[in-house]
Amino acid sequence: MTLELKGVSKIVEGQMHIAATDLTLEKGTMNVLLGPTLSGKTSLMRLMAGLDQPSAGRIFWDGKDVTGMRVQDRKVAMVYQQFINYPSMSVYDNIASPMKLMGVDKAEIDARVRETAELMKLTPMLDRKPLELSGGQQQRCALARALVKNAGLVLLDEPLANLDYKLREELRVEIPKIFEASGSIFVYATTEPEEALLLGGNTATLWEGRVTQFGPTPEVYRQPVDATTARVFSDPPMNFLQISKTGDRLMFGDGQSAQATGKLADLADGRYTAGFRPNHLEIMQHAENAMKFTTNLHVTELTGSETFVHLDHHGARWVGLIHGVHDLEIGAALDVWLDPRHVYVFGEDGGLVAPAAYAMAA
Amino acid sequence: MQQKTTNHKAWFLVLPVLVLVAFSAVIPLMTVVNYSVQDTFGNNQFFWAGLEWFQEMLSDERMWNALQRQLMFSGIILAIEIPLGIFVALNMPKSGFWSSFCLVVMSLPLLIPWNVVGTIWQIFGRVDIGLLGYTLDALGIDYNYTQDTISAWITIIVMDVWHWTSLVALLAFAGLKSIPDAYYQAARIDQANRWKVFRFIELPKMMGVLMIAILLRFMDSFMIYTEPFVVTGGGPGNATTLLSIDLVKMALGQFDLGPAAAFSLMYFLVILLISWVFYTVMVNLDKKGM
Repeated sequence: MTLELKGVSKIVEGQMHIAATDLTLEKGTMNVLLGPTLSGKTSLMRLMAGLDQPSAGRIFWDGKDVTGMRVQDRKVAMVYQQFINYPSMSVYDNIASPMKLMGVDKAEIDARVRETAELMKLTPMLDRKPLELSGGQQQRCALARALVKNAGLVLLDEPLANLDYKLREELRVEIPKIFEASGSIFVYATTEPEEALLLGGNTATLWEGRVTQFGPTPEVYRQPVDATTARVFSDPPMNFLQISKTGDRLMFGDGQSAQATGKLADLADGRYTAGFRPNHLEIMQHAENAMKFTTNLHVTELTGSETFVHLDHHGARWVGLIHGVHDLEIGAALDVWLDPRHVYVFGEDGGLVAPAAYAMAA
Repeated sequence: MQQKTTNHKAWFLVLPVLVLVAFSAVIPLMTVVNYSVQDTFGNNQFFWAGLEWFQEMLSDERMWNALQRQLMFSGIILAIEIPLGIFVALNMPKSGFWSSFCLVVMSLPLLIPWNVVGTIWQIFGRVDIGLLGYTLDALGIDYNYTQDTISAWITIIVMDVWHWTSLVALLAFAGLKSIPDAYYQAARIDQANRWKVFRFIELPKMMGVLMIAILLRFMDSFMIYTEPFVVTGGGPGNATTLLSIDLVKMALGQFDLGPAAAFSLMYFLVILLISWVFYTVMVNLDKKGM
């Protein structure tokens, strides 16, 4: 089954929730919708499911126009951030409920419930009520309900956001495995770039109701089409710096410059924006041609194996991610180095004019 | 061993509560207990009666009849008000101007004092000048709450339903509003019909507030006095003499203080028992998180 959105948009009370969107999702793929809160992930999912009708545009399933078809008549399953189960039913009945409503015969229901429960590690809990389970088990139960339905389209709306760290990691690894076998289209909404990278598949980045880029996840990560996509797909967000090009040199300020190579060599002289990810800032010079910037250290955050440094560079706030734990003095000057190979260059309209050299090589 | 420090000042912190409870509950209750085990012929002369009054009351058909009427009354109004309240709540607008409008209109009966409610219905139901009584009479329906038992019962039941269904509806509405929209979406996606949504989502999610509604309505109706007293005065005959009306008749009408005190204590114990049952049920529901 293929799900196709053609020029789909949603306007509520004069406010644009979803800008005209074209997307094609293929059978058996994992598709991540990545964007910050209120970027339109849930709105887009509701349109895909048929819970809301688009203001304009058409939706096709396998080439068949399903715009306007009620959600009840489509084969859709959805899992939410909240753990949604029928509170008065046992876990068994919860998992069985979509099939009962579809009129599947008893023996088959029983077989499929037990099979799915086994897969979701819920077998010992089948007789319990959902609220007697832990949060992770409740969400497994909701996932099991979505799974037994054998729906062509499974929508997961930040399913792990309400779980604690340990359970998230566990389910995050399991989800792609579980759904891989089913052959449905999966759409997974998340605010976290890390989650998108772990899930793989394709990623659509969303910003203010607009799909800024859609493609294989690593490709979107390495070659964002514009500064917005790069910002969305980087946590902490990408750092930006105004630069200018004169002749074959890129001037970075602080007396630092780099040779304009490859695509950059062909650019017209003028002002550009350089972008680089936090993990590419270094506090030691590694590459010979690395540029040195003097910044002021604002805050450090230790995560154990890594240190986040929040830096002030002529009034702009940069974030760096450095390996290991370092004893750094807050408020003091800190020299950081940046390899020109890690610099993305964006035009004045925000569009990417040259991806970082390392991303092209990968 | 380390010596334990004692600080008697702590008692002062408990004192206000002790005084309050003593004057508001313990002392009045003990007065009733006092009366229930003694006999008096006035002049402040008391004679020990032991459990005589209790035995008398328990073997007296009068109290049992009043209890029977009381249970019937509470049973009927619960059977009407709870489903009706849920039905009203389900059909109320969920948000916007009309939602607030409904809330205000529905709270109006709750704000009217009991005796005023009684008076309203007493006049409303009169065959000579009341809109309801006169209309029914003109339609040829035999209705007269002062003479006919059925009419009297219907009047006090309709009056209670009019007065208190709003409370159930408001509680149920609050319960409904707290259900996240995702539940309804999930049900829509599962192709569940309206009845299934009610049965498997709304009802279980409302269970907590409904238990409170049932408890409140049961307690209130079990102790009801003012409204039926104003409308029917317990009549015709003893037809609408509910427990509290009977109790007042006995204590103040006939001045049988001993039996009346024994009666009130048993009344009190019944209410305590029922409250305890409800409390236990609710705590168990809470444990299930419903």
